Amino acid sequence: MSKAKIAVFLCHCGTNIAGVIDIERVAKEIRRIPDAVVWDHRFLCSTDGVESMVNNIKSSGVDRVVVAACSFRTHEPLFQEALRRAELNPYLLEMVNIRELCSWVHEGEKEKATEKAIRIIKAAITKVRNNKPLERKKLPIIPAALVIGGGIAGIRAALDIADAGFTVYLVEKEPSIGGNMAKLDKTFPTLDCSICILGPLMNAVAQHPNIKLFTYSEVLSIEGRVGEFLVKILRKPRYVREDLCKGCLICIAKCPGKAIDEFNAGLSYRKAIYIPYPQAVPRIPVIDPNTCLYIQKGVCRICEKLCPVGAIDFSQRGGVIEVRVGAIVVATGFEEYNASNIYEYGYSKYPNVVTGLQLERLASSYGPTEGRLIIPGLGKEPRRIAIVNCVGSRDERHLPYCCRVGCMASLKHTWYVKHLLPDAEVFIFADEIRASGKGFEEFYRRIRQLPKVYIVKGRASEVRGNPNGTLSVRAYDPALGREISIEVDFVVLEVGIVAGRGTEAVKNILKLGVLPSSGFLLELHPKLNPVETAVDGVYICGAAAGPKDIPETVAQASAAASKVITLLSRGYIETQPYIAKVDEELCSGCRICLTVCEYNAIKIVERGGRNVAYVDEALCKGCGACVGSCPSRAIEVLNLGLKQVEEMVAEILR
Amino acid sequence: MSVEPRVLVFACTYCAYAAAETAGVSKLQYPPQIYIVRLPCSGMFKSYYVLKALRSGFDAVLWSGCHPPYDCHFINGNYKARVRATLLKAYLKQLGFEDERFRLEWIAAGEADRFALIAKEIVENATRLPKLRFIEYREVEVK
Repeated sequence: MSKAKIAVFLCHCGTNIAGVIDIERVAKEIRRIPDAVVWDHRFLCSTDGVESMVNNIKSSGVDRVVVAACSFRTHEPLFQEALRRAELNPYLLEMVNIRELCSWVHEGEKEKATEKAIRIIKAAITKVRNNKPLERKKLPIIPAALVIGGGIAGIRAALDIADAGFTVYLVEKEPSIGGNMAKLDKTFPTLDCSICILGPLMNAVAQHPNIKLFTYSEVLSIEGRVGEFLVKILRKPRYVREDLCKGCLICIAKCPGKAIDEFNAGLSYRKAIYIPYPQAVPRIPVIDPNTCLYIQKGVCRICEKLCPVGAIDFSQRGGVIEVRVGAIVVATGFEEYNASNIYEYGYSKYPNVVTGLQLERLASSYGPTEGRLIIPGLGKEPRRIAIVNCVGSRDERHLPYCCRVGCMASLKHTWYVKHLLPDAEVFIFADEIRASGKGFEEFYRRIRQLPKVYIVKGRASEVRGNPNGTLSVRAYDPALGREISIEVDFVVLEVGIVAGRGTEAVKNILKLGVLPSSGFLLELHPKLNPVETAVDGVYICGAAAGPKDIPETVAQASAAASKVITLLSRGYIETQPYIAKVDEELCSGCRICLTVCEYNAIKIVERGGRNVAYVDEALCKGCGACVGSCPSRAIEVLNLGLKQVEEMVAEILR
Repeated sequence: MSVEPRVLVFACTYCAYAAAETAGVSKLQYPPQIYIVRLPCSGMFKSYYVLKALRSGFDAVLWSGCHPPYDCHFINGNYKARVRATLLKAYLKQLGFEDERFRLEWIAAGEADRFALIAKEIVENATRLPKLRFIEYREVEVK
C-alpha cells in the first residue's frame, strides 16, 4: 500500500456544513484518491480539533494538508500554526471553503452541494501536491529615517524618531523649518501664540544630536525598498557657509536687493540676503540669486565685505548628497489655494481683499505691520470687516472638499479683529460653522457673544468694489429669505487648502497614490491604516495626507513616527512569501513584466551572458500582474503557479 | 456527466472573492454550478486560464475584480485585467465562441447581492448555450 501523502481534514462546523453537505459521502469519495487520507471533525477549529489535526499529521506522516472548512481569511493562521506544530511548513496547507462558498449558498440543493464540495476539494488536493515549502525571509533595515517636510508634522515626527535613538534626515525646501504654522499668529481654539509653541520644537530639531537638518534642500530621487532606501538630496546653494555663519545678520542691513517677501504672503519686501523670519531655524541667511545684484549684474558684494567671519561664499554651487534610510515619513504639508481663481471675490483686484494667511501676517508681531491691523496699501485701520468662509472650498468649480480649518480660522480672525480694534464690526459669511473639535463649540460661543460680531448664514456670492473704495459683500440670507448686501472696508477670505507643489513632487518620486478629487496623499486604508501607504516603509502625516488642523497633524505625525520606530527597532523586515519567481531558462528578457509591475520589484540582471528578469523579494507583493503579462510563461507566483491553476481548473470537472 | 452548465469564476482575493464569501455569510442563494478559483488580483489575468477553463468543460467563465478606478488592492490590477480581457473577448469572437462564454465584472467586497445576482445570471445564460465541442487535432510528424 502506498504511503499516504495528503491529509484532508473535513470540518462539519456543527450543522453549518454537515447540515447541507453529506460529509460521509465526501470522505468516501476523497478516500478513493490513492495518496489522500481523510479525517473529519465536528469543529475543526476547536482546541480539540486542532489538537487531533496536529496528532494525525504527525502520526500519519503526511507532507501536504487540505482543510475543507471555512474562510482562509479567518482561519488560515490557526491551521498554519497547526502545521507548524506538526513540523510541517505552514505553506503546504490549502484551505477549501465549503461553508461560505458551498453549504451556505446552496442550502436547498444538498445533493449538488455535496458534489460541488467533492469537486473543489479534489481541485485543492491537485493544487497542494505542487505547493512548495515557503519561508518569510528576513532582510536587514538601516536604522535611520528620512522626514520630508519641516513643518509642524515633519518636526514632530523627526523629534519622536530621533528621541527613540535613530538617525533622522530632515529635508525642508525653504531656508527655514517651521512651515505654515510659523506664519500663524495664534492657534485656535486656545489662542496660543503659534511661534511660541513651535519655536522650542524648531530649536530642539536644530540641537538634536540624532537629527541632520537639510534646509533649502529638495529630495531628488528615492530608490530601493523598505529597510534600504537610497535617497538623493539636492542642496541648493545658500551662498552663505553654514559652518562659519554665526547668525549676527549684519550682512542683511546694507543689502540693496529687494524682493517680495513670500513669508509675509507678499505683504512686504525683503532683501536679497535674508532670513525668512526672526525665529528662523537655522539662523543662517540665504542669498536669493534672482535678486542679488552681484549674481545678476556682477557688482555689489557688500554683504561679503560686512561679514565679520567671511561666511559669504559666492562660489557655492550646491550639490547632491546621498543618504541611506530604512523608512520615510512624508510631511509635505499644504498650500493656500490661489484665491485669484475665484474671480467673484475680487482677490488681487482690490487691495482691501486679503486671504486668511495674509491676515495672520498682519496680526503677527513679526509681520509687515508689526501686529497693527491696517488695510494693506491704504494704510488705515478697517472699521467694518467681512470674513468670507468656504472660499474655493466645498465648491465643485474649485475644491470639492472641506478645508476643515476655515470655520475655526474665521472665528479666530474675528477675535484678532476684536482684540486689535475693539470697535470694529465683523460680519462672517458662512453656510454654517463647523466647530466639531475639542473646545471648538465653546470657542464659537465665545466669539458669537462678542459685541458687533454678526454671523450671516449664507455663502457670499460676490465682493464688489464701490466708487468710494469700500466693498459690498452680497449673499443670500436664508433666514431673511432674500439677498442682502453689506458694505465693508476690508474683506478676509478664508481660502481652501490644496496639497501643494512639495506634495506633488514627492508623490511622483515615491509613486504614492493621491485622492483624485484633491491631490492629497492616499493612505493604505482610510480607517485602519491612516499613516501607512501602499509603499512599504513610507508613511504620511499632516496636511499632505488631507486637510487637518494642528492637533490632528501632531497626533498623526507621532503616529507615523511610532510606525517608523516600530519598524526600525525590530531590526529586520520579513518578506511576504507569495512572491513572483522567474524561470531564468524560459525568460527572454523582453521587459514586459517590468512595465506592469507597480512596485518596481522587477529588474533585469545578467545570467550567463543573457538578460533575464529578476524579482526583488522585498518589493514584490505577489499580485501576479507579471504572470499575466509574460509571453514566455517564465514568471509565476509561488504556490499559485501556472501549472497549479491549470490543473486545478481541469480537475474540477474531471 | 450532467447536462447542467458549469461556470468558472476567477475572483480576486480582495473584492470579488470577499463578495462571494459575504454572500455566504448572508446566505444569499445562487446555483451550485458556480465554481470559484481565488487569485491574488484580477491583474493576474492570463487568457490561457480562460481558454483552459473552456477547454476543460466549463460552459462560461467569469473574471472578476475590484471596481475601477481605486478599489484595487494592488493599485491598478483591474485596469490590466480590463485591457487583456478586451483583447481576449475579440479573440474569442474570432474563434467562434458566443459572447456569453466570457464575462468581466467588477464586484466590490461588500456587493454580496451583486455577486449572487451575477452568478445566477451567468448560469442562466450558460443554460441557453450549446455544449462546447472541440475538434481534436493530432500532432503529425512532418517529414
